[in-house]
Amino acid sequence: MNQPVKPNSFRAGPDEEGRFGIFGGRFVAETLMPLILDLQDHWDRAKEDPEYQAELADLNTHYTGRPSPLYFAERLTQELGGAKIYFKRDELNHTGSHKINNCLGQILLARRMGKTRIIAETGAGQHGVAAATVAARFGLPCVVYMGATDVERQAPNVFRMKLLGAEVIPVSAGNGTLKDAMNEALRDWVTNVESTYYLIGTAAGPHPYPEMVRDFQSVIGQETKEQLMEREGRLPDMIVAAVGGGSNAIGLFHPFLDDESVRIVGVEAGGKGLDSKEHCASLTAGSPGVLHGNRTYLLQDGDGQIEEGHSISAGLDYPGIGPEHSWLKDNGRVEYVPIMDDEALEAFQRLTRVEGIIPALEPSHALAEVIKRAPAMGKDEIIVMNLCGRGDKDVFTAAKHLGVEL
Amino acid sequence: MTARMDARFASLAEEGRPALVTYFMGGDPDYATSLEVMKALPEAGADVIELGMPFSDPMADGPAIQAAGLRALKGGQTLAKTIRMASEFRQSDQDTPIVLMGYYNPIYIYGVDRFLDDALTAGIDGLIIVDLPPEMDEELCVPALKKGINFIRLATPTTDDKRLPTVLNNTSGFVYYVSMTGITGGALPDTDRVGAAVARIKGHTDLPVCVGFGVKTEEHAKAIGASADGVVVGTAIVNAVAGSLDENGAATAATVGRVAELVRALSSGVRSSRLAAAE
Repeated sequence: MNQPVKPNSFRAGPDEEGRFGIFGGRFVAETLMPLILDLQDHWDRAKEDPEYQAELADLNTHYTGRPSPLYFAERLTQELGGAKIYFKRDELNHTGSHKINNCLGQILLARRMGKTRIIAETGAGQHGVAAATVAARFGLPCVVYMGATDVERQAPNVFRMKLLGAEVIPVSAGNGTLKDAMNEALRDWVTNVESTYYLIGTAAGPHPYPEMVRDFQSVIGQETKEQLMEREGRLPDMIVAAVGGGSNAIGLFHPFLDDESVRIVGVEAGGKGLDSKEHCASLTAGSPGVLHGNRTYLLQDGDGQIEEGHSISAGLDYPGIGPEHSWLKDNGRVEYVPIMDDEALEAFQRLTRVEGIIPALEPSHALAEVIKRAPAMGKDEIIVMNLCGRGDKDVFTAAKHLGVEL
Repeated sequence: MTARMDARFASLAEEGRPALVTYFMGGDPDYATSLEVMKALPEAGADVIELGMPFSDPMADGPAIQAAGLRALKGGQTLAKTIRMASEFRQSDQDTPIVLMGYYNPIYIYGVDRFLDDALTAGIDGLIIVDLPPEMDEELCVPALKKGINFIRLATPTTDDKRLPTVLNNTSGFVYYVSMTGITGGALPDTDRVGAAVARIKGHTDLPVCVGFGVKTEEHAKAIGASADGVVVGTAIVNAVAGSLDENGAATAATVGRVAELVRALSSGVRSSRLAAAE
């Protein structure tokens, strides 16, 4: 009974209304609607335009440093004694995370639309840094909205954004985290709609953002497929990524969605535990609702008021999730699991010592899940994990949690 | 369609003056005070009442209405209580149209059918849902119209002639023209431009056109009312509530009076606006 109908392809969405099943859509104020339609029109044309694609590919290669390596984590594999573990090393990108993939694609679009001002929201600051970077590269003024709590716990990234010429506006409404920053960015956008391009950092928001951001990030999964084919001559058995808003995860997952043999695991921030209120596991512990332009799984109360999330990682600290993930959860194609703060912190330290790579706290969640699963898998099996950000920005947070004074 | 709204605008047209549409936040700062505020509005000269449904993430609202929503939520307001407030108001007032205004998620969680049934029973005449553009009509607009509740659409400066028919389609009750691109509580734009925009919209529809965003004083109300069929005031009323609270954010003996005083002034503004236009 009520078994979800399996679609012919998991890669066909969204439909014309921007829906993935019941999720997605365009829940925005009328002021923004004409602009959203204009954006969609430009995006539809850009993705078919060889000149646009060539310019993006050139920047990906020479500015970002793509393709990012696919690295066999030999020592970690040995230690865990199970599946072979590969890391897709998007933390080696210019600006230190996968966020640049999306920012380059969007700023080229902003330029085509004749926009003269860029705004962005940021949680951990990774997207803010990437947005400020491309704004500097293309000579456009940039305003970044960042929750006041995040400004405090991500001071190095705040300084980087300022160095890049961006104005960082701390948002103290609510808990002062990513959701509040996004509200404030939407308020700016609705006010400055003629001049301003809103560079959304994750695969969420009103259509066409979820599709657009996914397509820019899908370079991760496409490269992974080619690189693993070259190294191992086959597809992976499992792919794993951390999910906050979900852009790095959908980027890795999307090219593999129709490869039935590939198990796909998304890792949410379990914070201090799902039985507490302090987590960000909207898929595991939330319910469908409407926020920030789309219908998706949300953390909310019985009256439809949105609750604040918590995670040790500012990048996962969002009470919603991209709508395509909600759809992939409901149709069962992707398995979503929570990882707690302390598990992520432990994985963070382990990778640093075993492989000499300091991961960001976001992919440390994915890593903790890999550490749980790899030992139970065969030595001939392969896991690929998206190492989507580097941990330099998190050194201060980690020190604090580990009781070290810097 | 609930007849109350059409009857109210018809009688105002006969009177030859624009409507004063007053917004306040349901449950701000507590249920009982807020109900008293609501009851005081028509007495002070409000012709249509917009009853705000608080939401944790009001993306199109400025700081004043954001704060009002948070006060209401802190005071325990829920969508069920907001509907109950309308119902209690109806016991003593059968004529003033009530429009619920807010965001979609609380309604979605309440359940669209159940919400519409309860709203109708409570005597609610219309809905303004900020984050439901025409592209999302199947969600709530179409079911509401089927049940006989007005769905009032926002038209904005970015709604050009090409898009206007889309916005006006499935709109009933009145059209709410948002005078500027921006959030609630901003500065009032040039009234000539607003007048031109109202004329443009009226070229596409026979519905009354009410103008909001930025109207704070009697003078504003008078100026906007010269061309519009209605003047919407929200932030100023919410600020009157906020200004009357004690240091703990609780209502005082002055709360209801402050609102009534403001609404009386606004009311005299709309009542003299057509005279001003004729001068």
